[in-house]
Amino acid sequence: MVDDVRLPAPTSPSRVSLFITCFNDTMFPQTGRAVVTVLERLGVAVDFPLEQTCCGQMHFNTGYADETIPLVRRFAEVFADAEVVVSPSASCVAMVRDYYPRVAELSGDAGLAREVQALRPRVLELSELLLDRLGVEDVGAYFPRRVTYHPTCHGLRMLEVGDRPLRLLRAVRGIDLVELPEAEQCCGFGGTFAIKNADTSIAMVSDKVRTILDTGAEVCAAADNSCLMHIGGALSRQRAGVRTMHLAEILARTKEDAAA
Amino acid sequence: MSEHRSGRVLPFPEAARAALADTQLRHNLGHATHAIRAKRAAVVSEVPDWEELREAGRALKERVLRHLGQHLVQLEASVTRAGGVVHWARDAEECNRIIGDLVAAHGADEVVKAKSLTTEETGLNEALADRGIRAWETDLAQLIIQLSDDSPSHILVPAIHKNREQIRALFVRTLEDAPADLSDDPRELAETARLHLRKLFLGARVGISGVNFAVADTGTVSVVESEGNARMCTTLPEVLISVMGIEKVIPTWEDLEVYLQLLPRSSTAERMNPYTSLWTGVTDGDGPRAFHLVLVDNGRIEVLADEIGREALYCIRCSACLNVCPVYERTGGHAYGSTYPGPIGAILTPMLSGMSEAGSLPYASSLCGACYEVCPVKINIPQVLVHLRHREVQASTQARGVRERLSPEHAAMHGMARVFASRRLYEAAQKAGRVAQRPLVRDGNIRRLPGPLGGWTAARDLPPVPPQSFRDWWRERS
Repeated sequence: MVDDVRLPAPTSPSRVSLFITCFNDTMFPQTGRAVVTVLERLGVAVDFPLEQTCCGQMHFNTGYADETIPLVRRFAEVFADAEVVVSPSASCVAMVRDYYPRVAELSGDAGLAREVQALRPRVLELSELLLDRLGVEDVGAYFPRRVTYHPTCHGLRMLEVGDRPLRLLRAVRGIDLVELPEAEQCCGFGGTFAIKNADTSIAMVSDKVRTILDTGAEVCAAADNSCLMHIGGALSRQRAGVRTMHLAEILARTKEDAAA
Repeated sequence: MSEHRSGRVLPFPEAARAALADTQLRHNLGHATHAIRAKRAAVVSEVPDWEELREAGRALKERVLRHLGQHLVQLEASVTRAGGVVHWARDAEECNRIIGDLVAAHGADEVVKAKSLTTEETGLNEALADRGIRAWETDLAQLIIQLSDDSPSHILVPAIHKNREQIRALFVRTLEDAPADLSDDPRELAETARLHLRKLFLGARVGISGVNFAVADTGTVSVVESEGNARMCTTLPEVLISVMGIEKVIPTWEDLEVYLQLLPRSSTAERMNPYTSLWTGVTDGDGPRAFHLVLVDNGRIEVLADEIGREALYCIRCSACLNVCPVYERTGGHAYGSTYPGPIGAILTPMLSGMSEAGSLPYASSLCGACYEVCPVKINIPQVLVHLRHREVQASTQARGVRERLSPEHAAMHGMARVFASRRLYEAAQKAGRVAQRPLVRDGNIRRLPGPLGGWTAARDLPPVPPQSFRDWWRERS
């Protein structure tokens, strides 16, 4: 954490801008559709600026900070007028909130630094928006499955979302939520770490898979699809019979979906 | 990186591969790190003002480093006033020469050592051996490392990768006094080591120690430990040489209060460490008759010049970051090929010894942040790791020029940055991805990727890019 981010006072925004992230846009569109479903169900209008692309997290975390500068500039322009920006990715929100000031500093552009400072408190992870701004714990979801929840590292330690996702899950009707042993252990994704240090990453995800299987859950949920793609990739390779789902997708499910 | 004693340093991913396959190592480390983690969490939770202590510990170090020169000069004056002699060493070579000269001047061909990572960093034992001086490590774990001709794999528990059966066999093989029927009972093992060490302590004329804290205004030097062997080292020989990195200075005696609370709970998960030795210069009729303090730079001033990286110098060597690190837990310390392993080593080593020596270390982390969470002086290790990755990319671009720009990673990062800079290119790339993946998709999954990406599919499937992006869906509905 660069420094404390003071979240705005809990006034319900009438309109939120969705930052889907390049990764979800391309690989996990169902997560974006689920976010729209949940927010519209709660009476919130969703706006999706089509000029958005990528927050630059992968570039920045891999050491390509210079290449990140134009992406930060783009993000700041695209969302300049947004009242609140919501994203279903804890790590991308952490990038904006914790590291954008550093990138702006590297750019030497004082104007960008000001824009970033003004924007970052308005960028929220989905569970933060639901609980802190909309004041909703029960989003009217129904999901009769055994689910375990993996708190992803950036949500846990950078955003410090705490038990917000768990509170949302506990309010889901029909859910059988089981605690994940050693939940706070990293799954070993770490962006390019999973490729640059593939062997160590595999050793880490093997232990994560073991603890997930120990719960007997059918679904492993999290608030970040990058970690879920990693965990899910290992579960799939092992034909473990357990699937991964983004928190938003569980929150979007209703009795009608179950019947369909 | 691995086996720095063999001369050749392996990049971390390669060294890690070998370590990951060592089942004994994995078992020993998994057991040890999990045990210490739980104990640390328990003793830290007892302290109601732990967060304030961490803030204080960090703030003090920040202040010390801002006026480092001033504090060191004051320390020199205080130590001199108390009858000690201060030596300044620019680098490892100078440090080793100063110590070698001191030992030789006292006519000793043998020294006893304890609790010094800095002399591990400078390679003092090897340098002394070249001058015909035998250095005996007396910290139990260090002794085990030395007897097995190994290198430490943990800052605080250097032999964490060995279990007691391995230690029993080692003692029987290397220690003359070890009984042939020695068991692997820890008490018997400790007794065997004790008998061996007592003889060394009583015979040695020169002792060498590390330094945890040096108080500038009194000239007091402090070593904290569990065994009492360092106290033997610092009190029995006629001559004591203490070696410290220049960042170990603290302004006043009162400042010890903060660190003596933070350090034991973070390192050994104890409320207080069993032995805290503090001495000021020399005292007639008590302890060594000559005291030398060697202040070592060895790259630290350059670290200080790095505005983001300098916080690595706040480190008080507690090793809490190693114990919670999911990478260290699985690879152990040798894979880092450095005196300082684990998360702190991954930031300190490349800055002290240069990116070309240790350029793979800043990447030896998933950036999970567990290290930052436990650090008693709040070093933002993930932020420094990312900063050093940036320095590494800049350095290799500068050194390799066009060749670096053409490397698969650099080309990919650059290409993607251009794609993300334009909505048109980005949307075109999404479509292109769906087409390009076709030969790779089998039964709805990608099970094998080419080139460097093959590391992913070595043990993980990859879902294919679905037919409709989110933005396509959004446009369709509105």
